[in-house]
Amino acid sequence: MIMLRPLIIFAGLLLIWQVIVWVSGAPPFILPSPFRVGGALADQIDIILPHAGVTLAEILMGLIIGAILGSVSALTMAYFAPARRWLFPVLVISQAIPVFALAPILVLWLGYGIISKVAMATLIIYFPVTAAFFDGLRRTEPGYMDLARTMNASRWAILRQIRLPAALPAFASGLRVATAVAPIGAIVGEWVGSSQGLGFLMLHANGRMQIDVMFASLFILAIIAVTIYFIVDAGLRRLLSWQPESHPSND
Amino acid sequence: MPEKKPSPPIEVQVSAADVSFGGWNLFERLALTLPAGQWTSLLGTSGVGKTTLLRLIAGLEPGRSEVQLHCADGQPLAGRAAYMAQQDLLLPWLSILANVMLGARLRGEVTGDTRARAMALLSAVGLEANAADIPAMLSGGMRQRAALARTLLEDRPVVLMDEPFSALDSITRIKLQELSARLLSGKTILLVTHDPMEALRLSHQIYVLAGRPAQLESAMQLSGNPVRDLHDQAVLQGQADLLQRLSDAEAALP
Repeated sequence: MIMLRPLIIFAGLLLIWQVIVWVSGAPPFILPSPFRVGGALADQIDIILPHAGVTLAEILMGLIIGAILGSVSALTMAYFAPARRWLFPVLVISQAIPVFALAPILVLWLGYGIISKVAMATLIIYFPVTAAFFDGLRRTEPGYMDLARTMNASRWAILRQIRLPAALPAFASGLRVATAVAPIGAIVGEWVGSSQGLGFLMLHANGRMQIDVMFASLFILAIIAVTIYFIVDAGLRRLLSWQPESHPSND
Repeated sequence: MPEKKPSPPIEVQVSAADVSFGGWNLFERLALTLPAGQWTSLLGTSGVGKTTLLRLIAGLEPGRSEVQLHCADGQPLAGRAAYMAQQDLLLPWLSILANVMLGARLRGEVTGDTRARAMALLSAVGLEANAADIPAMLSGGMRQRAALARTLLEDRPVVLMDEPFSALDSITRIKLQELSARLLSGKTILLVTHDPMEALRLSHQIYVLAGRPAQLESAMQLSGNPVRDLHDQAVLQGQADLLQRLSDAEAALP
């Protein structure tokens, strides 16, 4: 059943899609049917896949760089009070300006290539990771700290053996959010200015009224996003197997 | 169990001037002697400041120096007192064995000998079969036994205990009191508790902390060695007396 469930959800979505096409009677250049999109996918797969590879690379690099930068920022803010006072407002400002508004500037500065898209993805990932991890580092159970102090533990030992593992669940929440929003950065960057990537391909197909190709690209993008999310989620679950889960539905 | 000489017990004298916390005057001049190798209990109702006093002695309130500690051997107490709290404070991501060795892990001193002593202590508290389990798999009583093993592995001459059994059901609590009395014998112990029965079973002497600001009174010296039987006449009589005393103190509050 667990293996079957994603397939059932997938089939259900396709069915709803097809029903909407039938009921609305929308022409294929507004809403193509799943079969049309499947056909476009099969025809154009040689063109779509290289573009998908570029987008995938942008998302992954953004995730890795954003997670590393976010972790370093969180640790810096947690351990140095001046960094906390100076860095936190900058962090909030970086989020208050929508990444969409920064996209043209980043493309202007970093070029049409992959770097400006990685920068966008990094920017969008950076905040949730930093905020969640910083929060986790601050909320170590005070009893653990008392115990470690009576055991003459060094600050470094406390960080490595107590604060970091204790903050891991919070970090995981941040990283999950970041993983879910990472594709936004890459795609917006590609829309604003690029010559490759799924975002570029969608704009290009849109301009030529190849709506089925647009949908096929969107489909591949969804697969990439969902796959990355599930891989990250599974990895985090393994890492946090010690953390008991309780669902309100079982109360 | 590999041979390791237990550290000799030391007497500790605690004295404090006025201690205020958050604008409250918590204590007025108090003096307390923890005789070497004996159990001393500090009894009081909730909120009277027992835990604060214990934390001040344990050095867990950094920047506060109202409490003076004097050890009979002239050395400082810092680094020679182990701490056991009401919560077991087992790290949920470590195995029971790793939790017992936490002190050595934090100081980077884990050796084969540490491991052997930890295993020996785990079997002394009846948890040798659970060494590889994570804390979430254990019951409250088992977890507190693991915390006891962790305290014992530190092998400090002084042990400061903050209501370590109060979260347990009464049967488990009684068993754990017996186990602790046996395994901690020879150590200088300060036990903070709100349970007169617990104090009477485990202590050589009992102090009562009462009033506002709180004052410390020597309430009882008990003969013989812990742990005392539940039916012990001194325990039953003492419990009635102490309860009366605590409720009088409570009633006298403004």
